[in-house]
Amino acid sequence: MTDPGTARIKTGLAEMFKGGVIMDVVTAEEAVIAEEAGACAVMALERVPSDIRRDGGVARMSDPEMIRGIQEAVSIPVMAKVRIGHFVEAQVLEALEVDFIDESEVLTPADEVNHVDKFAFTVPFVCGATNLGEALRRIAEGAAMIRTKGEAGTGNVVEAVRHLRSLINEIRALQGIGRDEIYAAAKELRAPVELVQQIADTGKLPVPMFTAGGIATPADAALMMQLGAEGVFVGSGIFKSDDPATRARAIVEATTHFNDAAVIARVSTGLGTAMPGIEMATLAAGGSGGTFANRGW
Amino acid sequence: MNDSHDIHVGVLAMQGAFARHVAVLQERGVRASEVRTPAELAAVDALVIPGGESTAIRKALDRGELLEPLRERLASGMPAFGTCAGLIVLAHAAEDGAPETYGALDVDVARNGFGRQVHSFEGSVDMSGGDLGDLDGGRLSGVFIRAPRITRLGDDVTVLGRLAGGEHDGEPVVVRQGNLLGATFHPELTDDPALHARFVELVRAALAAPATTSAP
Repeated sequence: MTDPGTARIKTGLAEMFKGGVIMDVVTAEEAVIAEEAGACAVMALERVPSDIRRDGGVARMSDPEMIRGIQEAVSIPVMAKVRIGHFVEAQVLEALEVDFIDESEVLTPADEVNHVDKFAFTVPFVCGATNLGEALRRIAEGAAMIRTKGEAGTGNVVEAVRHLRSLINEIRALQGIGRDEIYAAAKELRAPVELVQQIADTGKLPVPMFTAGGIATPADAALMMQLGAEGVFVGSGIFKSDDPATRARAIVEATTHFNDAAVIARVSTGLGTAMPGIEMATLAAGGSGGTFANRGW
Repeated sequence: MNDSHDIHVGVLAMQGAFARHVAVLQERGVRASEVRTPAELAAVDALVIPGGESTAIRKALDRGELLEPLRERLASGMPAFGTCAGLIVLAHAAEDGAPETYGALDVDVARNGFGRQVHSFEGSVDMSGGDLGDLDGGRLSGVFIRAPRITRLGDDVTVLGRLAGGEHDGEPVVVRQGNLLGATFHPELTDDPALHARFVELVRAALAAPATTSAP
C-alpha cells in the first residue's frame, strides 16, 4: 500500500525546506556552489530575475537540458518555474521529475484569469502571494507552499517586508473573530470559508510560508526570518554579487542563526559588493521591466 | 506512564522539520527545545535530529560550533533519534560517499533511495517484529519524502519496523542500536506519536542507567 503525491507528501517536502535557503541558479556550476554553500534546494532557471528585467521579452520555462544538467550535478532538491496558468509547462517539469514547481510571477503569465490546477499533479507547487487572500486562493488551488512575492530582481527588500507584514497582520486580524464574522471575512479575502476558518483557528497558514523577492544580504535574510518567514528564496542576490560562494554561505548561516546578531555580524564581514539595487519608484514608472508582484490574482 | 517535565529533549535546529518535532514532544508533555549552540546542546538529555536536507544540516554543523560537542555527546551514549535526513547524519556511511554521516549508528544508507519527489509516498510500516508491541495493531503510517534506504545493518542493530506491502515490502525502515533510534520516514508529519513516545521511554531508561550516559 503506497500512495504518492498526497497532500501530506507535498507539504511534507516544503516542511523539510524550513529554516533553509533556496537559491536561483542558471548553470550546473552555480548549482554546485549553492549546494556547497548549504542551500536546501536550488531553483533552476534560464535567467535570474534581474536579467529578465534587463533583457525584457517573454520569460518562459527553462530548457529541459539545462534542468537535467542541474539535476545531475547536485543531490539536493531541484525546483523550476512555470508561467502562471501554463499547465503544460508544469506537465513537462513533472515528466522531468523536478522536485517542486514554482508557478511564478517572475515569468511572463500565460493565462490572465486562471492559475494551474495544482491538485492535478504529483509534484508539489509553490506560489507567490502579496497578501492573505491571494495565499489562500493559491492553497485552494492546491499549492503546498507559499512564498511572499516581494519584487524579484531588485535587490531591494522593501516589498518583501511589505508583503510578509501584510500576510501576518491579516492572519492576526482573523484571530478571535466570531464564527458569524467568518463569512464576511472570507468574502472580503475572496477565499474559501473553510480555509479562512482554519486560519482563524490555528493562527497560521496550513502550508509553509517562505519569503522571496529582493533579499540580497545576510541581514535581509535574517530580517525576513525574524519577521516570521519560515525560510528564504534568494534569486539574483547571490550570483549577481561580487563573490557568490561567500555570500551564498553567509546568507545560509544568517538564516540558520537568524536571532544571533553576533553570527550575522561575522558572516556579513568582507562580502564585497552586493548586487546593485533598484528603487521601487523606478519600477512604478515602468522602468527596469516594471513590477512583477501584481502578476497573479 | 504519564509524560512529564522530568526529561529535556533537544531538537537539532540547523535546518528542516525541527519545529514539528518540538511540537509533537511538547504535546506529549515533554520538555523540548531547539538546539543551535553548544550551550543549548549541553542543557538537554537527548537529541532528535530531524528531517530536512542532510547536506544543509551537515554544512551547518561543520560551520557552527556544534560538530565536536555533538560527536562527544553521541560517543558518551546520549540518546538520539534521527528521522530521514537525521538518520543519514547518524549513519555509518552513505552509499554515494556523501560526507554527511556521523558514524554513530552502524547502518549504511542510500540517500534519496526511492528517487526524486514524484516517487515519495505514504506507506504502512509493520512494527510487530520489534520491541514496540504496544502499538495499535503493530502498524504505523509512514510518510516517506525523498527518503533514504538502509543498505547495510550492523550486527548490533535491531530492526523495529519494516515497510508493509508495495514494491519494497519487508524493507527495514525503523532501527535501533542501544540508545539510538532511526527512521527513514517522518513520524513528526503524522498524528501518531508512537515513535516519539518510544524514544521518550528510551531516554528515561537511559537516564536511569547512568553508567552508559554522560551527565548533561
